Amino acid sequence: MSTVATATDIRPFQIEVDEEQIDDLRRRIATTRWPANELVEDASQGVQLALLQELARYWAEDYDFGRLEARLNAVPQFMTEIDGLDIHFIHVRSEQANALPVIITHGWPGSVIEMLDVIEPLTDPTAYGGDSTDAFDVVIPSIPGYGFSSEPTEVGWDNGRVGQAWAELMRRLGYTRYVAQGGDQGAGVTDGMGRQAPDGLIGVHFNFLGAAPRELLMAALNIRLAWSSDDREQLSKFIGVAKRGYIAEMGEHPQTIGYPLLDSPIGLAAWMLDHDADSYEKISRAFLEGQPSGGLTRDNILDNITLYWVTGTGASTSRLYWEYGRSATAAFKNPPPHVSLPVAYTVFPNELFQAPRHWVKHAYHNLIYYNEAEKGGHFAAWEEPEIFTKELRAAFRPLREGRTS
Amino acid sequence: MSTTGGATASATEVRPFQIEVPEEELVDLRRRIQATRWPEKETVNDATQGVQLATMQELVRYWGADYDFGRLETRLGEFSHFVTEIDGLDIHFIHVRSPHENALPLIITHGWPGSIIEMLNVIGPLSDPPAHGGEAADAFDVVVPSMPGYGFSAKPTGTGWDPVHIAEAWITLMKRLGYTRFVAQGGDWGAQITDVMGAKAPPELLGIHSNMPGTVPPEISKVLASHVLGDGDPPPSGLSPDEQRAYDRLNFLFTKGLGYSQEMGLRPQTLYGLADSPVALAAWMLDHDALSLEDIAAAFDGQPVGNLTRDEVLDNITFTWVTNTGISSGRLYWENTLGFFDVKGTTVPAAVSVFPRELYQAPRSWSEQAYPNLIYFNEVDEGNHFAAWQEPEIFTNELRAAFKSLR
Repeated sequence: MSTVATATDIRPFQIEVDEEQIDDLRRRIATTRWPANELVEDASQGVQLALLQELARYWAEDYDFGRLEARLNAVPQFMTEIDGLDIHFIHVRSEQANALPVIITHGWPGSVIEMLDVIEPLTDPTAYGGDSTDAFDVVIPSIPGYGFSSEPTEVGWDNGRVGQAWAELMRRLGYTRYVAQGGDQGAGVTDGMGRQAPDGLIGVHFNFLGAAPRELLMAALNIRLAWSSDDREQLSKFIGVAKRGYIAEMGEHPQTIGYPLLDSPIGLAAWMLDHDADSYEKISRAFLEGQPSGGLTRDNILDNITLYWVTGTGASTSRLYWEYGRSATAAFKNPPPHVSLPVAYTVFPNELFQAPRHWVKHAYHNLIYYNEAEKGGHFAAWEEPEIFTKELRAAFRPLREGRTS
Repeated sequence: MSTTGGATASATEVRPFQIEVPEEELVDLRRRIQATRWPEKETVNDATQGVQLATMQELVRYWGADYDFGRLETRLGEFSHFVTEIDGLDIHFIHVRSPHENALPLIITHGWPGSIIEMLNVIGPLSDPPAHGGEAADAFDVVVPSMPGYGFSAKPTGTGWDPVHIAEAWITLMKRLGYTRFVAQGGDWGAQITDVMGAKAPPELLGIHSNMPGTVPPEISKVLASHVLGDGDPPPSGLSPDEQRAYDRLNFLFTKGLGYSQEMGLRPQTLYGLADSPVALAAWMLDHDALSLEDIAAAFDGQPVGNLTRDEVLDNITFTWVTNTGISSGRLYWENTLGFFDVKGTTVPAAVSVFPRELYQAPRSWSEQAYPNLIYFNEVDEGNHFAAWQEPEIFTNELRAAFKSLR
């Protein structure tokens, strides 16, 4: 632990996973007590027993538990105290002059693991078929309560407060001109930053429409905006998201679901796999048919689940939904300021819903970029790092210094 | 887990059933309890984020250190158990015939996260009232079945065992036991099943009693449902004070208290932690509703409310653990297509007892509309959602009074 005097300094950080903890995890996986098979032939009752049993087998027998340490410690990681909490982040500076700093925020059930494979293409584009003028300095923090960031011990760490902390982080890193990116809960954090418009933030990119609920609901429910059959289809998908059981449970009682997520590795794995139908099918194919979709490989999936396990963050990550519910209710009554900064948006075809351009435009008036990617789902950066990278390059190109937009 | 007598008997016969809880199952349970890995404390000082860490840690301490694991077998062993196959599924039930003549046969159905454990303390007073300060004329023959997927009943391996199917099975069960005149009682899921039995109205069913009646008028139900996803429809106007109180309680439930039922309703299989982790199962079962959680938390704080003691609560959780029914019991939410508190169309004589800490207090006005043949309506002074379990004496008195006119 560092002293108070240096807590707000930026301190290098390496992760260490305790061998005993891995032994305990392996033992728990091996002694899993299973429920009976689901009563249906598909995933309509939740994560299927056959998938989870294969995941457990692979996790305990074939998965290399050294991967997590090796992959994370291969990139420069740091800690710094902001607003009373230690914030963990990856920070990679590009070797290119005039690289544009970007802060990328993960969501739930994600983590910095989702972003590992976009770091090099973003920081070193010429090594990945890109142009040196598209280089980024990359900052990838762990949301408070996630990964190696510390867990809030008080209420109030909603997306807006996380956004404020990110602005402070970028300021502390010396960046006076930067952009922000996010999907899932990361889109909420990035949206919060856009509304706060801190000094230095010049634009944002989303791969999920996590606008303040009033704007999202207005965009989705406004009959004038839901005219076409596509609009109506997306509307029903959007409403389906709001009805998901895990959102209801984590939004209401994150502590209650925290107990299985902390005590049972299989309870944790199942809860994390059951995010959305598309990613579930892809992960299922990775485990049962050996046919992963892009970066959603067995090992990558288990890196993320193992990270949640060793950091013991099942409850603290879920709490973000509880905070989101409170802040969303407040925002619905007292809408926050509009985002006047330039906004870029990429629609991935297998995202929970495909926000039509006019929905996004309704939420973000200064829409400078809107594109439909050819493939990829909710975990865009993770599943399709190359497409994600290209989208960020294209989206932010107009905002680079020396360009006019 | 258990043995049944009469190996040559056909499955649909009523077979005696012997309770056995294997020692190795309990050893494994204790080991898991000791190895619990905890989350950190909630970030609030109340139960608004779910079951509080302090409650769970005390529960787990007591469970691992002081709880007598022999209780379950001993308590269940005091009653006569049976199984019989109905629609391809072995149904377990307690059956206690009254020593008194002209006892009224009664089938009592538990709910979630309950089990037959909830009813153990009312079986004696109901079947043998003189031994418990009552009159022989109030005696019942008592049948307490385990719902499919609960307790010692078999777990369905296919879909379709919804409350309507269970209601049909219970009618079959009572007829199979030779009862030509009987009454039915329930709370929680048991209330829905009992209401459906009352709607099916077989000639043998004389009447029903509910401690969680489905009385919400359709137009109110529609407004409540619209609030699940946001602000929804405006609240109804012109409600009486009783109706307003009921509406407010239900609205709280629909907006802030149904996360667990949404998860079990949509994705019951995903709750693997309930099979693998005792603390997970215990927390999930404690988190039914705010008021019963408050009472159970008080029990682990040394201040039990009524009969809802630490041991009673842990008997029920231990029973669910050893039968590994955390997920199979939750599937009933997935199967269900009825509105929890909606009117089910009961036509037989119906009796309602309103407990003050139930999820909502059914107003007399709504009860009269919901049950065209309302023979009894009473508001009692004590008791939460688990009426029979927490207040066995009040519950027993209610059943005696409710069914007196049908004898």
